[in-house]
Amino acid sequence: MKKVLSLCLAMAMVFSLTACSGSGEGTETTAAAAETTAAAAEDETTAAADEETTAAADGETTAAAASGEGTFKIGGIGPTTGSAAVYGTAVANAAELAVQEINAAGGINGYQVELNFQDDENNAEKSVNAYNVLKDWGAQMLLGTVTSTPCVAVAAETYNDNMFQLTPSGTAVECLTYDNAFRVCFSDPTQGTVSAQYIAENGLASKIYVIYDSSDVYSSGIYQAFAAEAENQGLEIVGSGAFTADNKTDFSVQLQQAKDAGAEMIFLPIYYTEASIILTQADSLGFAPLFFGCDGMDGVLNVDNFDTSLADGLMFLTPFSPTAEDEVTQSFVAAYESAFGETPNQFAADAYDGIYAIKAAAEQAGLTPDMSVSDICEAMKVAMTEITLAGTTSESLTWNADGEPNKAPRVVEIQNGAYELLAQ
Amino acid sequence: MKNISKTTKSNCITFGIVILAYIIAEALIQTGHMSSLMEGIMVPLCVYVIAAVSLNLIVGVLGELSLGHAGFMCVGAFSSAFFSKCMMTSSMPEGLRFFLALLISAATAAVFGILIGIPVLRLKGDYLAIVTLAFGEIIKNVLNAFYVGLDSAGFHFSMKDAIALDMEAGGTIIINGAQGITGTPRSSTFTIGIILILITLFVVLNLMNSRDGRAIMAIRDNRIAAESIGINITKYKLMAFTISAALAGTAGALYAHNLSTLTASPNNFGYNQSIMILVFVVLGGIGNIRGSVIAAVVLTLLPELLRFLNDYRMLIYAIVLIALMIFNWSPKCIAFRERHSLKDLLKGKKNTKEV
Repeated sequence: MKKVLSLCLAMAMVFSLTACSGSGEGTETTAAAAETTAAAAEDETTAAADEETTAAADGETTAAAASGEGTFKIGGIGPTTGSAAVYGTAVANAAELAVQEINAAGGINGYQVELNFQDDENNAEKSVNAYNVLKDWGAQMLLGTVTSTPCVAVAAETYNDNMFQLTPSGTAVECLTYDNAFRVCFSDPTQGTVSAQYIAENGLASKIYVIYDSSDVYSSGIYQAFAAEAENQGLEIVGSGAFTADNKTDFSVQLQQAKDAGAEMIFLPIYYTEASIILTQADSLGFAPLFFGCDGMDGVLNVDNFDTSLADGLMFLTPFSPTAEDEVTQSFVAAYESAFGETPNQFAADAYDGIYAIKAAAEQAGLTPDMSVSDICEAMKVAMTEITLAGTTSESLTWNADGEPNKAPRVVEIQNGAYELLAQ
Repeated sequence: MKNISKTTKSNCITFGIVILAYIIAEALIQTGHMSSLMEGIMVPLCVYVIAAVSLNLIVGVLGELSLGHAGFMCVGAFSSAFFSKCMMTSSMPEGLRFFLALLISAATAAVFGILIGIPVLRLKGDYLAIVTLAFGEIIKNVLNAFYVGLDSAGFHFSMKDAIALDMEAGGTIIINGAQGITGTPRSSTFTIGIILILITLFVVLNLMNSRDGRAIMAIRDNRIAAESIGINITKYKLMAFTISAALAGTAGALYAHNLSTLTASPNNFGYNQSIMILVFVVLGGIGNIRGSVIAAVVLTLLPELLRFLNDYRMLIYAIVLIALMIFNWSPKCIAFRERHSLKDLLKGKKNTKEV
């Protein structure tokens, strides 16, 4: 019996090995695209078609493969399943939208663009696998990854391969360890520093209590920078209450501490789900300080069963407000809403700007799809610092050689259930 | 060849499968026929094979259910990454550094194995499972609160936040709370992974066929009978638990040195991971070492090979898992396979249908 079983399992293993070698051959044909036989080309097109999300892109893939004309291949990585799926999906959708717009307007330097977005489940290990899948596909540039920890892991890989990487929303400092990586969003420390400066300059409060998620890289990163800058600015941090991902449903202890310490403002460098609970619990305690958050707060008005009137007066730093009146934002929001039936969040806006930044830099550098990945990277590194982009997250986005964006921070306040732009 | 026992033969087959798989994979890599995905997934495969084999020592040989195996991996991963990060600036050659890191990971995980084992092994069955589950979570959460920095004045330690480390300028933060350890050198290679698998198999298979191993299995089969013939139950239980923890620690070290970021997050060292390793063991067959190896390989590859299904991937993966479990372990299916086995077919016996 055992032998039969082991035979079955051995067969399964042999099968999986043949499967690997099969996919291996598949990639080789991709690499030797010039010599593709008719059959291999058909294989490749089918594989690409599977990965594409829209029928429109399918058509282009086939057309491009048939005519032998080059296309720019941009890879994307982010969580489209699991607990962080909402961010990854937003980025995937917005990037797809931007690519379609660019293709409809004639592409980059006259070449069409293909996007392949892979899921990483917000897991560093899976993210590296996703990156390798994209490499097999022939990706020339990378938009990703969406979340910080996987981004650090993938950045080490792209640096090894010298592939240009632009993360829409990887906020950790370590994401940009190497010079081939750029980002659209502010880094964690920048958000903390900018928040402290804004609070001090506008004299919003002098006694501040911080509630943050100590198990989250984003949250603790902002908190550390905020605490350091608050000291410089003469703000007093009267206390801090940490919570962890396993324990985030009851904040009454932290709120009571804040109340006892006489805090005038509670700083919340956390995501909106927990923030909505904090707002509700503060209200039931009869405690009404000012609340100030960071970009993770975007989305608080869409929480189920949350009384949005409690969010009135909540201020937060965000790169993007869907109600902003500039033309770029308006057309993006309209297009996104008609394509996906929901209002885009800041992750979508970051990704949208990311694709347009790639386009602008690629045009600045005069790239062509037949250049090697490494040559593209070298050219993009220079070109990224030369462009100025009017995007949805800022009217003039520029980058420095470190990869950090230069843009004015925006602060919005929620009034009567809508965002009101305070400063920019 | 009569004097070669059945177990020796079976063990040779297990080693043979691993070595053969290595030769095939290495040949494909060298000739450039391997996709980047497969090449990149080789080290994680080794990690999960080692983890599954070491867990099988507790579940299959000792007969106790442990749900904290990812906790031991976590200890091994952090201790080895910590060592490598501290030694990165020294002139130690990379090979030696990684070798020492592996030894440190095994030693640290073994110490934790003993520490946990002493109180925990007084329990059995479900109680043991719950306590080991709690252990895994404690390890993860404690590591998330650790801040360790290194500057010219030596090590700084805090459990509050990085600011409380009070570092001098130019010092580096090695463990940064939830951000874990970043910038671990990438020392893990497929070859080292395979060597570690072979060592793991050697240790576990030899233990199973030794005097100590038979004592451990006697405890599993009948604790009272084992005690009555003078087997020291605590000693042997602790032995199995510690060896298993040490091997899991090396798996953790291999994991840590494969990625440049190491965080103790729920998706890599949480209870989900412990259960995943347990799934490898159960699917491969409790007590069947070769089965664990194969199941770990198949189940790690599966989600990646299903990538073309996009977001339906995880759904299909779950369905495939259920189907495999039923195919492997449902009594009806076992009976069906026995009646229609491929082997009989090859021998030319009468058969109605092929499986």
